[in-house]
This record gives sequence, structure tokens and C-alpha cells, in this order.
Amino acid sequence: MPRLSATQRHSIRFTLNGAPVQGEAEPRMLLSDFLRHVLGATGTHVGCEHGVCGACTVQIDVSPARACLTLAVQVQGCDIRTVEGLAPAPGRLSILQEAFRRHHALQCGFCTAGILMSLDAFLRAQPNADEAALRDLLSGHLCRCTGYTPIIAAALDAAVRLRDTAHA
Amino acid sequence: MKPAKFDYVQAETLDEALATLRAEGEGARIIAGGQSLLPMLNMRLARPAVLVDIMRIATLAEATATNETLRIGAAVRQAALQARPNLHPLLAAALPWVGHAQTRSRGTLCGSVAHADPSAEIPLVLLALQGEILLRSARRTRRVAAAEFFTGMMQTARHEDEMIEAISIPQPRVGEGYAFREVGRRHGDFAIVACAAVAHAGGVRLAIGGVADHPAARDLPADSAHWPEALDAFAHALEARDDLHATATYRRQLVRKLGRQVMQEAAACRA
Amino acid sequence: MDSPGDKWVGQSLPRFEDAALLTGRGRYFDDCGTPPGTLHAAILRSPHGHARIESIETSAARALPGVAAILTGEDIRATTTSLVVGVKAPMECWPIAVERVRYVGEPVVVVVATDRYVAEDALDLIEVRYTPLPAVTDPVTALAPDAPVLHEGLGGNLASERRFRYGDPEAAFATAAHRIAIDVAYPRSACTPIECYGVLAEYDPGEDSYDVFANFQGPFSIHAVIARALRVPGNRLRLRTPPDSGGSFGVKQGVFPYIVLMAAAARACGRPVKWVEDRLEHLAASSVATNRVTRLEAAVTAEGLITALDWDQLEDCGAQLRAPEPATLYRMHGNMTGAYAIRNVAIRNRVVLTNKAPTGLNRGFGGPQVYFALERLVQRIAITLGLNPLDVIRRNLVPTSAMPYRTASGALLDSGDYATAMETALRDGNHAALLAKRDAARAEGRHYGIGYTAVVEPSVSNMGYITAVLTPAERKRAGPKNGAQATATIQCDAVGSVSVHVASVPQGQGHRTVLAQVVADELGLRPQDIRVVTEIDTAKDAWSIASGNYASRFAPAVAGVARIAAQQLRARLARLAAPLLNVPPEDVVLANGKLHAQGNADNALPFARVASSPHWAPGTLPPEDSAPLRETAWWTPPELTAPTEADEVNSSLCHGFIFDFCGVEVDRITGETRIDHYVTMHDCGTVLHPGMVAGQVTGGFAHALGAALYEAHSYAPDGSFETGTFADYLVPTSMEVPAPIILHHESPSPFTPLGAKGVGEGNCMSTPVCIANAVADALGLHDVTLPLLPATLAAHLHGAKPNAPAATPKGERLLRGEGQARVNAPREELWALLLDPDALMAIVPGAHGIQRTSPTDYTAEVTLGIGPVKGRYRVALALSNLDEPHALTLAGSAQGALGFGQGRGHVTLTEADGATIIAYRYEAAVGGKVASIAGRLLDGATRVVISQFFAALARQAAPQAPWWQRLLHRLGFGA
Repeated sequence: MPRLSATQRHSIRFTLNGAPVQGEAEPRMLLSDFLRHVLGATGTHVGCEHGVCGACTVQIDVSPARACLTLAVQVQGCDIRTVEGLAPAPGRLSILQEAFRRHHALQCGFCTAGILMSLDAFLRAQPNADEAALRDLLSGHLCRCTGYTPIIAAALDAAVRLRDTAHA
Repeated sequence: MKPAKFDYVQAETLDEALATLRAEGEGARIIAGGQSLLPMLNMRLARPAVLVDIMRIATLAEATATNETLRIGAAVRQAALQARPNLHPLLAAALPWVGHAQTRSRGTLCGSVAHADPSAEIPLVLLALQGEILLRSARRTRRVAAAEFFTGMMQTARHEDEMIEAISIPQPRVGEGYAFREVGRRHGDFAIVACAAVAHAGGVRLAIGGVADHPAARDLPADSAHWPEALDAFAHALEARDDLHATATYRRQLVRKLGRQVMQEAAACRA
Repeated sequence: MDSPGDKWVGQSLPRFEDAALLTGRGRYFDDCGTPPGTLHAAILRSPHGHARIESIETSAARALPGVAAILTGEDIRATTTSLVVGVKAPMECWPIAVERVRYVGEPVVVVVATDRYVAEDALDLIEVRYTPLPAVTDPVTALAPDAPVLHEGLGGNLASERRFRYGDPEAAFATAAHRIAIDVAYPRSACTPIECYGVLAEYDPGEDSYDVFANFQGPFSIHAVIARALRVPGNRLRLRTPPDSGGSFGVKQGVFPYIVLMAAAARACGRPVKWVEDRLEHLAASSVATNRVTRLEAAVTAEGLITALDWDQLEDCGAQLRAPEPATLYRMHGNMTGAYAIRNVAIRNRVVLTNKAPTGLNRGFGGPQVYFALERLVQRIAITLGLNPLDVIRRNLVPTSAMPYRTASGALLDSGDYATAMETALRDGNHAALLAKRDAARAEGRHYGIGYTAVVEPSVSNMGYITAVLTPAERKRAGPKNGAQATATIQCDAVGSVSVHVASVPQGQGHRTVLAQVVADELGLRPQDIRVVTEIDTAKDAWSIASGNYASRFAPAVAGVARIAAQQLRARLARLAAPLLNVPPEDVVLANGKLHAQGNADNALPFARVASSPHWAPGTLPPEDSAPLRETAWWTPPELTAPTEADEVNSSLCHGFIFDFCGVEVDRITGETRIDHYVTMHDCGTVLHPGMVAGQVTGGFAHALGAALYEAHSYAPDGSFETGTFADYLVPTSMEVPAPIILHHESPSPFTPLGAKGVGEGNCMSTPVCIANAVADALGLHDVTLPLLPATLAAHLHGAKPNAPAATPKGERLLRGEGQARVNAPREELWALLLDPDALMAIVPGAHGIQRTSPTDYTAEVTLGIGPVKGRYRVALALSNLDEPHALTLAGSAQGALGFGQGRGHVTLTEADGATIIAYRYEAAVGGKVASIAGRLLDGATRVVISQFFAALARQAAPQAPWWQRLLHRLGFGA
């Protein structure tokens, strides 16, 4: 039974966007801080550190989750995906990201990473999601710029295109 | 807004977790999904000396059903249970109101029960359905009825050296009907009033969350003519308080009016 | 691109910003890295609304490994100067508490350490002893003669009072058919960008200069305030901003006191210091909009024509007057008559200080407060006179023929056709259908209402408007202030590619995209050929005091000046190309990446060749045109003159028009308001980018809906702050915000280079009152207070319940309770216990180190906990009213990191069959950190602690439970 001492840093390994990563952290370090300040993956943002705003949402073993409500030590060995892993190639955007750009579904962009990670997971699990389901999902995110209307439009548009791609 | 220091134990077996609880006493805290605990750690409201992570204990990650009960282990996440087919209709109705999808993916049912927030939906359902909490310490095992378990604001009958191993919920019974309603300021907020009703041949059991310091339930007669009086008495018995988001009067009114609707709905869908 | 229809401006291009932001490659403040050796700061903040600081004990914190420096108010005061205050009043304004704290969340100690976790560990080790003082949080109460005074130099809490008079309001009121008045209190709300503040500061002692990197948004008039506070000239304060900012809505103007604080900390440490504000800090102490108490009276004809307005505004700026306050009160000064032609106006403006967080810029800045009063009054006029509210609006609108229209208080409304815009909105927004819907809903007994609003939305602030707070004589002494300088620089590099720099600091408004469109149109290029840089470096860039992103100045001012700079560059390019094309410069056309002769597209030169020529072959060019192409344009509108002797103030350059109407339904059981139909008509002049304009409207609408229904920055009367987390400060989500129907009617501004006006703030002004009017219509309410709490509306729907138990008096943060326990011990024994310190130590849950300071006074260290929430407190207990052995009063107080509380309990002991019944009644007041961040749980938690105390008392008195009970307990059955 490993007991990690509060006062020491411990090696933490997991898979980040398909590649193995490793870093050192005290048991108390939040996953959000570990991603940003230990691994340098600053695409995941921190907005409230009490689990309400959703800016720090990442995927842990496929499910969207708050990085600020997760300790880095808890994800030892897990599969983590962040916004940096969404685009199919450098210089290209995913269908979801393209839809966000097309619909002006972001302004300052600070909350966007978390919203994309929630939607990416959700649309894969529920490709036929309707507006009500998307609004329910997105209620786990605060956006202060857009008023949500263009985000909903982008998500619905992406859902259609993802279904078309799947059928093609 | 960063947690204070703590040791972290990754328990691989239940015995390891229980041994740590026994050795550390009140300084130890179980972490399961962490969705209630982490905000308190980040705000330094909670400062455990050691966190015991139970999520890798394979036996706790199971939800097993018999004809009579559904036993939900301490490591079963809310989202995992929500995705389960043929889930108890009351649980299925209440789970979407537990936080948001992004917290249900990590949060556990037993964690919510252990935390005992007075507005929480899972304790309310457990109480409405007269479920049980299975407590385990290094020395013994005991079962506590939900009605005995929740004793106050974040206060339960659990002892310092105990952890919740599982909760047990009776399966739906023929002739019962269920309904759930909740009012909060925004979707996903803490309930101002949450109502869960179980209708059966002999009457209706109504459980109310968000009003008193812990969820409370009452058995009301089947004849709806008696409901207004009974609901009024129930509403007054709950020690409702004013807060930022609602008044005590409002909460009592919702107990009367929403409670009635939920009871009607439950009675109407008796199988 | 030769035909005028081919312009890039006006198209909804995908934004150049988005690829980086969508892939996690944005560069916000905290993504930008730090110099080696950077230390991290954390701030200990006041848990009290008002208290004297008696002592600050920091030795334990200093001893913590990793801690580099600890700075108190005294330390900061040694190296800085008080922030300047915008009114002539004897008061200081420090970025950290000096001697006294005046609001919950006020900085008290700054800790600098190797990382944020350690810095927060050190905060835990600092012990501050406070003597609480009476607090005042209500602006009206704060003016009472016996109110606690925040700044003794003022002699009271009134920081400013001015009266204004335009036309002949007295005569208008004397002859009016009706005088109709309204009293409103507009609450506090805050725009809470999702990214909080960030500051990285360095100090160079060799040059006595500061280098600061912060997500500040402007206006850069504040640069002068910061430099002065740091006691350096402006050229020794280099202020830089990151490329991306995670939202601001005005709020990031308020980072400036922290710039002073961190710069001073960097100086004290000799190392770079970085601070990232967390959400708890942000909610308690960043920048919140003012709350305002207003009485507004109108002189009205029988037909509903308003002939005069009499404003009495009481503005609450919180505990300090921070620059640029009291600007919120004066931002609308020129357009206090809204969209209406009212020639007679009287205004009394007062500014009061209270024990709440200082106020500052927030989207709408002063507009929501004004229009809530004015448009509620218009509805009341209609109701009072039995008129259709639309007819009252129609009768009073400024007529199109009068444009540009000079208002009574001095604004020059630049353009607009208000009547047509309004009628278009009613037609295209399906107003007739909405009326039918309301009728149908009401016939079913549902509560459905319709609200209307007409407002003008000011943009491009006159930097002189705030001087209206000074008397004309004071203004004369201080020197005139006016204008709204904007600047843009465009340059061509060695390969002829074009870069644009503006001093605009965007926070998501797509400045880079729109500026590329504007410049591409002038230079005959594609937007993707233009690179736009928007971060500011005050050491290198063109900037002025008006620089920054506020007052909706981007489209009218910044995009406009970029066009002027592009035109200057274009003229130079034409001069360079003319001899090569053998045509006069005025016949050179820039199109499709070429410069060609008018009428002969084959006689052409590549843009890049001409644009790069001064770099490569200056000797071939006329000397006056041989410098590389770099044009900096400046623009300030001549209309923005200084306030006149008569206090006429053209407070803003542009005035957009908005007409909103909406249908809402209030749930008959829950009292929840549902927006069923919302139409918002905008005239923001020329639309530069329809997609972004729509985004500004939907975004502003969501802010406004929050203010109307959910958000309130809330304090208890004792100064406790109640909305310290996002679980209590309720920002609306996708479930609460519907899509509004957006309509446009374009009246280009004659005063701006592109004809554009601001658009981002208008719905924050129009929507809260539009929703309030609709709810008032639905429920027949006379008075409406925001936010529209379901509990309040439900009380109106359900009526009062006479048999309900009395709830806590409103606003009182007192917890009352009672209980009793039966103890198997004689009464005298129990009495003795209460007077025995050792026994009390055992009774008080988690107590240690109890001391008896007098026969009836005790102190102790106590660990109290509810569930996982545990904290250590210093507790004092005093016994009084001793009536041996029947009754006594137990008074106690506790102070600790999680909060403080005090209470008193009356305890009675009664004999009953050989046992004793110990009964208690108590009242307790709790505040501090827990009250701010977990107020919902506070009362229940307090009850638990008190019941634990008496349960322990009973146990202590009768330790000998029956043997079978002890056995069962040992076996774990029951407690």
C-alpha cells in the first residue's frame, strides 16, 4: 500500500493526449496545476478552483471531469485528454473546433477549452443529442462572453457534421 | 486557493483503507470521487492529515442487484450508475439533478451519502426508499437505516474509524409509484427544495431535502383529502431557514405545493 | 475589389484569433512564463467588514521554509504613496489595509514565497488580531448622523455632493398636469470574467524602475495613477499586457491596486513577484458595479409627455473611492434623459462610502442604474395615466429631424431614427402575436407579462466627463480635461508585409480580425495578409490616457483610427508608385495586392515591391518619402469638449439606440421567471462585423439577464460578505439564457471614421429593466427589486401565511435556537460543573489550554468541526446573571482562520425526578471566511456545534450511563 508523504514530491505518470508523460508533485497538487505548471500544457484553464465554472474540464479515461477537483496523484496511470489533443494535425481543426470558429462560439476563449472537452466526449457518446441535452451538458460551464447562443448553434452544427462523417 | 498538505494513501484493499482509518482517527478522510471534498480542500475548509483513496479497490466498484435490493459499492461513480439499464425509477429521476455531468463522471453515490449535504439528492432518495448504509471499520460491520444515518448538517451516524462500504436500495416494487422534483436557483445548484415521493397501496412516503439540516421523510395517508393538512404539518416541522437564495416561508410553501404535485405524480404512476 | 460592394468590412469573417484559442495555444497572463527566480504571492484578507487591526503576528510564517517576504500595510506605505482619489476630499486610498480594515476581502498581509502552495501555507500561520467595529453596508443608513464613519477625515460617509440644473425644471413641475415619481434601489452585480487578475512585477533598483506585466485593460490614465503611487515618473513604469485576456467587461481595470502592491513586493524581495488572483479573492475584492438608490420624479402632461425630470441619485462606491470612481455616476451625465426629448432636468448626485468592496468598471457602467429608474418610471407613467406604455415612449422619443440632438445636460446625440427603429422592432419582432399570447395565457390564469424599454447606449467616453464631479471653479483650477485619444500604427517591413498595432487590449472582441478587415480595405489586400498586434508595451508603443478597451470604444474609435492610419499609408504608397506608373498619385488604385493606374489594371506594380522599396533602395526615392513605411495616426473627436461653465457635459461621442420588448411568464408555484420571447433592436451605426456584433449583443444580454434574475453581490448588515463562491454568486448558464431575437436599424455616426458606434454594453442597460417591467406587468407589481428572487415573487403570488412561524427578521444575521437535555445528576452538581474550568474544558468540544481569567471568564483554544470542515479558534467564555443553581447566561466569542462568531445562551436547570433538565436558548452571529463561502451551511453548522456543547455537558455531568448502554456503545450500536 503506497503512502505518499505530504512533504515530498512523487513521480506521477499518465498518458496525455496519447503520449506518456511524467512529472513530480506533492500529493496536494491539483491536476489543473500539474498540467499547466509541471507539464506546461497551458491550454487547460483555471477559472474558479471549486468546480463550478468548468474552464478546467479535461477528459479522464474518456469522461469529462474538473481538473481543479482532481488531484494529480489520483490520475496515476490514467488516460488524460486536453484541448491540445483535439485537433487532427497542426494547422487543422477538428469538426467541433471548426464549428466553433464558424459560429463565433468563442470570444475571449478562456472557457472554451473546457467546453470543447465536454462536448467532444458527449457528442461521441450521444451523437444524436438535441438542443435540450446540449444545454443540460453545457450548464456545467460558465461563459461570460457569448451568452451561450452561438455555442449551442456550434454544438448542434458539429453534431450533424459528425453524424454525416460517421455515415460517410 | 490551494489545499493544505496531506499524506495520500492509495488503498488497494478494503483492509488497507480500514487500517489507515483506525490508525489515523479523525485525521484521516476517505476520498472517493472527491467532488465534494476537493472544493473544501482547495478552500482549506478541510485539512485532513491523510487522504485514503479507495477508488482502486476493485470490490468497491461494483453495483450488484438482487431481486430485493441494489447494492452500490463505495467506488461506484454517479455517471456509471446513471448509465445502468433498468435503474430504479426514483434514482434515475434524481441522478440528473446531482451536480453536473462533469462532476457525476467522478463523484460517487456513497461519497454524497457520506458528505450528507442537506440539499443532496442521493441521501434524499435513500431516505425516501428506506435504504441502508453499510458501514465498515477494522473491527466490525454494521447496517444503518437511512432514517437513522443523517443526523444534521453534514453529520451522520458514521464513526471516525468507519467508512461507507456500500449503500443498499430496495428494488422497485409492484404497486409502487415514484416521483421526484427539485427547485434550485439555477440548474445544477443546491436544491432549495427537493421532493421525492413513493406511493404505495397504503399511502405515500414523502421525503424532503434542502429545507431542514438533513433530509426528512413522512408517511402520509393515501387519501389526498388529508394531504393539505398533513403537508402543512410536515412543512412546519421542518426547521426551514432563510438564506441568500430563499426564505423559510418560500421553502415551506414549496413543500406544500410541490410536495402535493410530486405525491400526485407518484400516485398516478403506481405500477 | 474596385466596387464599393466588395469591402471586407461588414463581412462576418472567421476570426484570426480562433485557431490558437481553440487548440489551447492562447497566451493568457498565466500561460506566459516567468523570469528565473520569480516568487509567488498570496494575500491574507480581512474577514471583517470593519475592524481595527490590533496586531499582526508573522514570525511563524516567516520561519516557514520557502517564504521570502511578508508585507503588511505599514511596509507597503513605506515605499508607496496613496492612490489618488477623484474627488477633493481628505481621504487616503491604499491598496492594502493600513490600521483598519473596511471591507471583507481587503488585503491585510502579502506573503511572497517560492510557490503559491507555500505562500498559502504561510497565510495560515499569520495571526491578526482585530477589534471589530460597527459596519454600515446600506447607503442610506451610511448617511445617518450616528452611522459608523469609514474615513474619519471626511467627518461622515458622504464623499461628494453636487446639484445640477438644466432648463427650468421648477417651472415645468409647477405647471405639470401630473407629478409621477419612482423610488428604486439598484443592487450590486459584477461581470466576473472567467480569467481572474494576474500581475508579474519586477523592480530594478539601479534605475529605480518597475517592469509590470498584467492583464490590465485600460484606460491608461491609470498608468499615471500607478506611477505616482510607486513614486516614479511614468517612464520608469513599463506596463505590458499579454496577447490574450480571458474576458474583462471593465473589471480588469480594477487590477491596478494589485499592480502597486506586487510592484512594492518585488521591490522588497529584490526578485520578480507573480500573483494570480483566485476566484474567492475575485468575488470578494476585485471590481463590482455600484449599487444606487434613486428617486426620480417626472413632470408629465395628461397625454404622457414628460416635460421635466428630477433625479436624486445616491451612489454607493464601497469602502474606498478608487480611480476612476465616482465615474459610474457621471458616465451617463449627458444622457440622463435617455432616448427622450426632455428639456428641463434637475439632478442631485451624492456619493457615499460603505463597508463593501470598492466599485469600478463593469459592463454598462452607470447605464443599468440610470435606465432602471427611468424606464420603470415610464411604465409607471403609463399605468398612472391609463396609457399604452408604447404610446408614452413614442410621445417622448427624440425626433429624427432633430439629429444631431443636444440634450439638456449637454450630450450630442449623433444620429438615429428612434421612431422607425421602434416600429420596425414591433413589426419584425411579432409584437402583435405577443399581445395575443399574453391574453391567452392570462385567460388560463397564468402570470404572463410584457415589458418595454427604449435607451440610448453611449460609447467612446469623453475623458473629461468625470470632472463634472468637480465644481466649475475646481475644474478651472485643475485645468480642462476632455477628448478620447485613439491611435494606430501601421508599418510595412522589408518584404512589404503589413503589420498593425493598436493600443486597444482586447479581451475577446476580435480586434485583430476587424482591424485586418479595415486595413485590407484601404490597402487593397486580403485580411489574412495583415498581421495585427494588440498587446501594449508602454515603453515602446504609441498610447495615451484614453488607450485601452472600455466604454465600447473599439469600433467607433480604434477601428476608425486604424482606417485613418491606413489612409495615410495608402497616400504614401500612391506617391511612391505614381512615378513608376506614370500617373499622378490620386490616380493610383490599391486593389488585389497591386497598385495600378486608374482605369488600366495592367499598368500595375505588386504591393510588396512598392511597400518594401524604402527599405531596399531609399536613394531612389524622393527624400521626403524615403523613410520606411510606418504611419502612426492619432484621432480625438472635436465634439468631445470639456464640461462647460453651466455643467453641460458631452459625456460620450456616440449614442446608439436600443428598443427592447419581451414576454415573460412567472411560475405560479415556484415564482420562477421564464423569458419566453425577447426582442432587442439595435442601432449601433455601421456594423463592421455582423457575427461579432451579434456576439456582443447575446453576451451583453446574458450579463443583463444575470443581473435581472440571479446575480447579487451581497452583504449582511454586519458587513459579512455573502456571495464568496460561484455557488452563491449565481452566473447564469446555458439552461437559463435563451436566445434573443436581434434586429438592426443602421444610422451611421457622422462623428466616427467608419460610422460605427459601440454595441457591447447596451443590453446591460436595457435588458434588466425590460425584464423588470415585464414581471411587473405579469404580477401587477408596483415595486420591483432586482434580482427577481423566486421567493419574493412567490410571496406575492401566494400571499402571506398568517400561521407560519416567524422567520428571522430580514437581513439579520442572527441564529436563534433552543434545546434541552436530561441529565442523570443533581442540579447542584451540574451547576458546579459550569463554574469549573477543567470540566468546561472537557465540555467545549475540542478544547485545550483553557484558562480562567476571572471567576466567571475563561479563554481556550478550541478545534471545532462539522464533517470535514475543521478549524482552530480562540474562544472566550463569560458567565453572568448567576442565579445559583437555577440559571445563568453564557456568552462566548470565537475567532479563527475560518471565521468568527459570538453568541449568548441562557441556561436553566430544573429538577425532575432526581435528574436535571438543562434547557438552553441561544442566539449567535457568525461571520468571516465560512460566512462568505459556505453561508448556506453556516446556520446548520452553528447549530451542530452548540448542540455538541450541551450534549457534552450532559455527558460530563452524568458519565455513568447504565452498564448495558456502555456495552452497546462499545459494540458500536448507537452513539
